[in-house]
Amino acid sequence: MPASPPLLARDVHKRYGATRALDGLDLEVSPGTVHALLGPNGAGKSTAVNVFTTLTRPDSGEVRVAGHDLRRSPRKVRAAIGLVGQTSALDEVLHGRENLVMFGRLHDLSKPTARARAGDLLDAYGLADAADRKVSTYSGGMRRRLDIAAALMTRPHLLFLDEPTTGLDPRGRNEVWKAIRRVVGEGTTVLLTTQYLDEADQLADRITVLGAGRVIAEGTSAELKDALGGDRVIVTARTPDELARAAEVLGGTPDPETLQVAVEAGPSGGAAAMVAAIRALDAASVDVGGAVLRRPTLDEVFLHLTAESDEPQTRGAAR
Amino acid sequence: MTVQTLRHGWILTLRDLKHWQREPWTPIVGIAFSVMLLLMFGYLFGGAIEVPGGGDYLPYLLPGMFTLTMLFGIESTMGAIADDTKRGITDRFRSMPIAGVAVPLGRAAADLANSAVQLAVLMAGGLVVGWQVDGSVGAALLAAGLLLWLRLAMLWVGIYLGLALRGEGALMSVQILVWPFGFLSNIFVAPETMPGWLGFLAGWNPVSATAAACRELFGNPTGTTGGVLADHAVALALAWPALLLAVFVPLAARAYRNLAR
Repeated sequence: MPASPPLLARDVHKRYGATRALDGLDLEVSPGTVHALLGPNGAGKSTAVNVFTTLTRPDSGEVRVAGHDLRRSPRKVRAAIGLVGQTSALDEVLHGRENLVMFGRLHDLSKPTARARAGDLLDAYGLADAADRKVSTYSGGMRRRLDIAAALMTRPHLLFLDEPTTGLDPRGRNEVWKAIRRVVGEGTTVLLTTQYLDEADQLADRITVLGAGRVIAEGTSAELKDALGGDRVIVTARTPDELARAAEVLGGTPDPETLQVAVEAGPSGGAAAMVAAIRALDAASVDVGGAVLRRPTLDEVFLHLTAESDEPQTRGAAR
Repeated sequence: MTVQTLRHGWILTLRDLKHWQREPWTPIVGIAFSVMLLLMFGYLFGGAIEVPGGGDYLPYLLPGMFTLTMLFGIESTMGAIADDTKRGITDRFRSMPIAGVAVPLGRAAADLANSAVQLAVLMAGGLVVGWQVDGSVGAALLAAGLLLWLRLAMLWVGIYLGLALRGEGALMSVQILVWPFGFLSNIFVAPETMPGWLGFLAGWNPVSATAAACRELFGNPTGTTGGVLADHAVALALAWPALLLAVFVPLAARAYRNLAR
């Protein structure tokens, strides 16, 4: 095994016109792990994958994939990776098995080797029964699994999965999660992008949160959750007047659009915070529509994190 | 070009050929459409169309129909390339260690094979309705070669358009625009019967050169009594596609490299 990590990116920039898709991205992926790039639409996740897979040329920065420099030896990089893009990269008219054999042959596997490997992968990813049917008859989850199998024909060092479960129903998503766990079990390193916190939580050993083309947080799932705070009490008012009074009593920032005010639970936990909030409202005789206890949503996490990283960003833009 | 690239191209050719084997309706409808046009112009309008320089309309028309079929090949090439690009399969090819030229190479071989079959069917149909070849076998083969040469140029135009224009309406726009492009030529009507400026444009349409050369080589009525096109038809039918290839092969190669969204 080479000593270099499967992926090492330093200060990668990529602009599209006035948009900074990648604005100084740093990333290091450790061997044998699942690394998630988490971020909202437009955070630069797909651009990052396109750059790492040689589809897009970066404006500046250094990227090494499996020890190969992206600019100097793109072909060696391509030989070391597998890509499962956002849209299904399969031939709809060919059968599942034929797709795998074709991609294997394009990777210079001999016919018997490609057939044997295709058979193994179809078994491993639960597609043996559908192997000799046209891909156009497959469900969304089956397509994704075949997509993943196609990228694994050559046992790549590093597998890129760009939003692998977007658009799938819960069943399809579970199937794909299972498939991804199997990939890692076989020793392939995985870099996946996702918009879903729970997906990163379920699959990833390490999570990098992207916002506006740069890293805004990085760590294990547990580390990130701690940093983001725990439960919060959401109080919903019925009138703007009520909202203002509730906000005053609870000490939170009111959102006039949703008529809601959120209070973060302290170290004593969500239930205690809820009881405290109701008591305070009652003591002040403030009547409200309702109160619920909630984990922060991904939206709030991003808003929170991007708000924190706002200042250096503004400075960067003014440069 | 290495043996490896040729092998990759061949693997992709087999893929495209399998499409036609599994879903034969696309090429069959293509051929049926050409036959319909042939019958429509040959019998419906043909009686009213006069061929300058003498001769029947049907033998004048057939080499034009062969040429038109090659021109219309743009649509199927562009459609297939655009479809692959939209589906993400092109991105997978681009992320694999295969030469960039292997993908269009595979497409080119498959589409040329398809067009050769289409051409053979149309020629057989032509012979049934009374088209005759009054030239040597060598000349007839050269004519068929010139038709496929034009198809090769149209193929690269189609590859470029499929890569460069990826909007929803792009394919339909091209499907509409090939019509005036095809009509403004000597395919259906001799340019000498058109108003001067229009006839001039029609004469310099690249497809006119191929149609004129085929008429000459097949020994069919040429519909012309003189001019540059009449004197140098074969040379022009070689030169025009060469020029188109010189422009569109590099454009397509660049579009392929810069595909990333």
